[in-house]
Amino acid sequence: MDTQPFYVAALDGLFGSFPTDADSLWVMLIGSLVGASCALVGSFLILRRLSMLGDAISHAVLPGIVIAFLLTGSRNIFPMLIGAGALGLLTAFLTDSLHRYGKLQSDASIGVTFTWLFAVGVILISRFAGQVDLDTDCVLYGEIIFAPLDVLIIGDNEYGPRAVWMLGGVTLANLLFVVFGYKQLKVCAFDPELAASLGIKVSLWHYLLMGAVSMTTVGAFESVGAILVVAMLVVPPNIAYLLTDRLGLMIALAVFFGILSAVLGYWVAYWLDASVAGAMATVSGLLFVLVALFSPTHGVIARVVAQRRLGSSTIEFADSAPS
Amino acid sequence: MNESSDLPPWLEFFTFSNVNVTFVFLGCVLLGMSTGVLGCFAFLRKRSLLGDALAHAALPGVCAAFLLTGTKNPLIILGGAMVSCWMGALSVELIVRYTRCKEDSALGMVLSVFFGVGIVLLTYIQRTGEAAQAGLDKFLFGQAAALVDRDVWTLGILSVLILVVVAIAYKEFKLFSFDPEFAAGIGLPVRLIEIILATLIVVAVGIGLQAVGVVLMAAMLVTPAAGARYWTERLGVMLVAAGSFGALSGGLGAYISYLSPKMPTGPWMVVAATILFVISFTFAPRRGVLPRVLRHFRFRRRTAEENVLRTLYLLGEPLGQWNDSFSTNELLQYRSMPTAQLAHTLNRLIHKALVKEPAQGRYALTDFGVTRAARVTRLHRLWELYLTRKLEIAPDHVHDDAEEIEHILTPELELRLEALLEHPDEDPHASRIPGRFVPGESGG
Repeated sequence: MDTQPFYVAALDGLFGSFPTDADSLWVMLIGSLVGASCALVGSFLILRRLSMLGDAISHAVLPGIVIAFLLTGSRNIFPMLIGAGALGLLTAFLTDSLHRYGKLQSDASIGVTFTWLFAVGVILISRFAGQVDLDTDCVLYGEIIFAPLDVLIIGDNEYGPRAVWMLGGVTLANLLFVVFGYKQLKVCAFDPELAASLGIKVSLWHYLLMGAVSMTTVGAFESVGAILVVAMLVVPPNIAYLLTDRLGLMIALAVFFGILSAVLGYWVAYWLDASVAGAMATVSGLLFVLVALFSPTHGVIARVVAQRRLGSSTIEFADSAPS
Repeated sequence: MNESSDLPPWLEFFTFSNVNVTFVFLGCVLLGMSTGVLGCFAFLRKRSLLGDALAHAALPGVCAAFLLTGTKNPLIILGGAMVSCWMGALSVELIVRYTRCKEDSALGMVLSVFFGVGIVLLTYIQRTGEAAQAGLDKFLFGQAAALVDRDVWTLGILSVLILVVVAIAYKEFKLFSFDPEFAAGIGLPVRLIEIILATLIVVAVGIGLQAVGVVLMAAMLVTPAAGARYWTERLGVMLVAAGSFGALSGGLGAYISYLSPKMPTGPWMVVAATILFVISFTFAPRRGVLPRVLRHFRFRRRTAEENVLRTLYLLGEPLGQWNDSFSTNELLQYRSMPTAQLAHTLNRLIHKALVKEPAQGRYALTDFGVTRAARVTRLHRLWELYLTRKLEIAPDHVHDDAEEIEHILTPELELRLEALLEHPDEDPHASRIPGRFVPGESGG
């Protein structure tokens, strides 16, 4: 212990020792996968100014889950995921249609669509209250801390938590999507008209991105809760947005900050003995505040300093000007 | 509920003899009205989802109020909720003003981070073993049916307060919503207006949470305003419409959950508001989708008709025999269009007595048809001449443009063009421009 650097000892004193038991590592891995997969698609989402879509989709899937449950009569997860996925796409479709054909501004299109679907979901639950063993809590607050307990079992073998496989798959799919569609997604995000003139099918790529967002949201909230997904879709990409002007770097930084929020968040939750998902969201928010203040390029302090310098040099210039 | 009455429940509701039911009904109507009106301002600033973000941002305040005071007094909890909502609104404002992050990002971050903090506090409260915490999270999900008179009084007074403030500061809010820079320029205290507007939305969210819950509160700030926008271009009308939509939705929600007590009020309010939205979206004159599609369809039909008329005119032009008849093949050679469309268009023209069919499969302009055809041709050629002479565009580049404009030019523009071009006789392709009223061989 003597060989430890002083800051580790200091942090030790603050937070207690860093948890390294198997379940903690699984939870951190799951959180990191959520952070990474959300950051990959979230970066494009915030550039398209559709940040609230994650929140919208995670609420709008409620009727899909209820209907899947009523049709199959079981709590089997796969029909529910299919129902949720379908509703996620429907949300994206309705939002886009209201905006495009109804000439409604996009924030209001999102608002009208998802609140309505959520209301229908709550009504369905009330209507079939006797048959539906679901409530809004269990849909919206999947708790990441229980995720390691739900182990994938094939035959007689255990293959680790199911959420790891699921989110690993989602992360991989998102990674492939972003890598192979990078050029198209980039042009569509920054200049849809240019994209159209280059022969890129803008609405196809829009729906592919929406599909990826739905898949990520639905795949993740079932195991970690909606609030973490919403946070990870928006906050890490915005942190990255304050640090760079280059898209590739922004995505990489977003993934990094997603993972960092997950790991530090788990630490805080462990220390406080409180909700892990909530703590991860909280930490991502704190990281945002730090970066917003101290970012060397777009931070508030850097900007104020630059303005001062500009101001003083202008005065100097005025003084030295020949009169 | 009321055993003494022998009216059916759906009618009995309207006697308002049950005081409790009446209170809930009034509360929902007032809530719907005030959120509908406020929602218009959020809508115009493109921050419709502010309500959603702030409703989520209430959670840490609810928990903190409980942690600090240890009571579940609804007024204290409501106070806590409003304080943290207000901090949420402030955070959105700070992020938008001082960083390069966009408004939607600011809303998304405030929503998720505040809610995350709230959940941390909530689980902290739960694990410290306070028995009294039960139902704290229920504060956020709302139960209108459980409203008691005191809640309704709070709700009613605050709703009326919101409406009064909007009425007093209407002009300032209006200026600020449409053009904040201009408002600042003429010396309005924009910061103060901004704070007042944000505070009003916070108050609305705070009172609405108990009645309808987080998501449904967000809906009441978006949906009535979005629906109202389809009916008008004027803010005053929009406010009245949104207020009425909100009030109607509130009333319907209360009514439905009265008839079927299992049904939750809040979601039905939202469904009612959405139905009103869909009606506005579909049928509102001018901006609605259906009237727009119809207008487009009619315009395309008229364009096809005028094209056929003009083709018959051009076919008859070489010989000066505008009443000559031609086969569909001749027409199609001159101007290609789908055969079925040509047939339909000819039928409509015959019906309108613009075209006659003197022999099977041959078509000719009637005298009335010649007049109309001459006018379209005239507009086409006037425009071509205008483009070449006044805008100096090459004569071989002007035809396509004239094809479009000939269906749009009004008689007033026609006169102006004619005067501008000094009553010309020939277009750039040396074709005669028909006269304004009757095309004779002698010209116009």
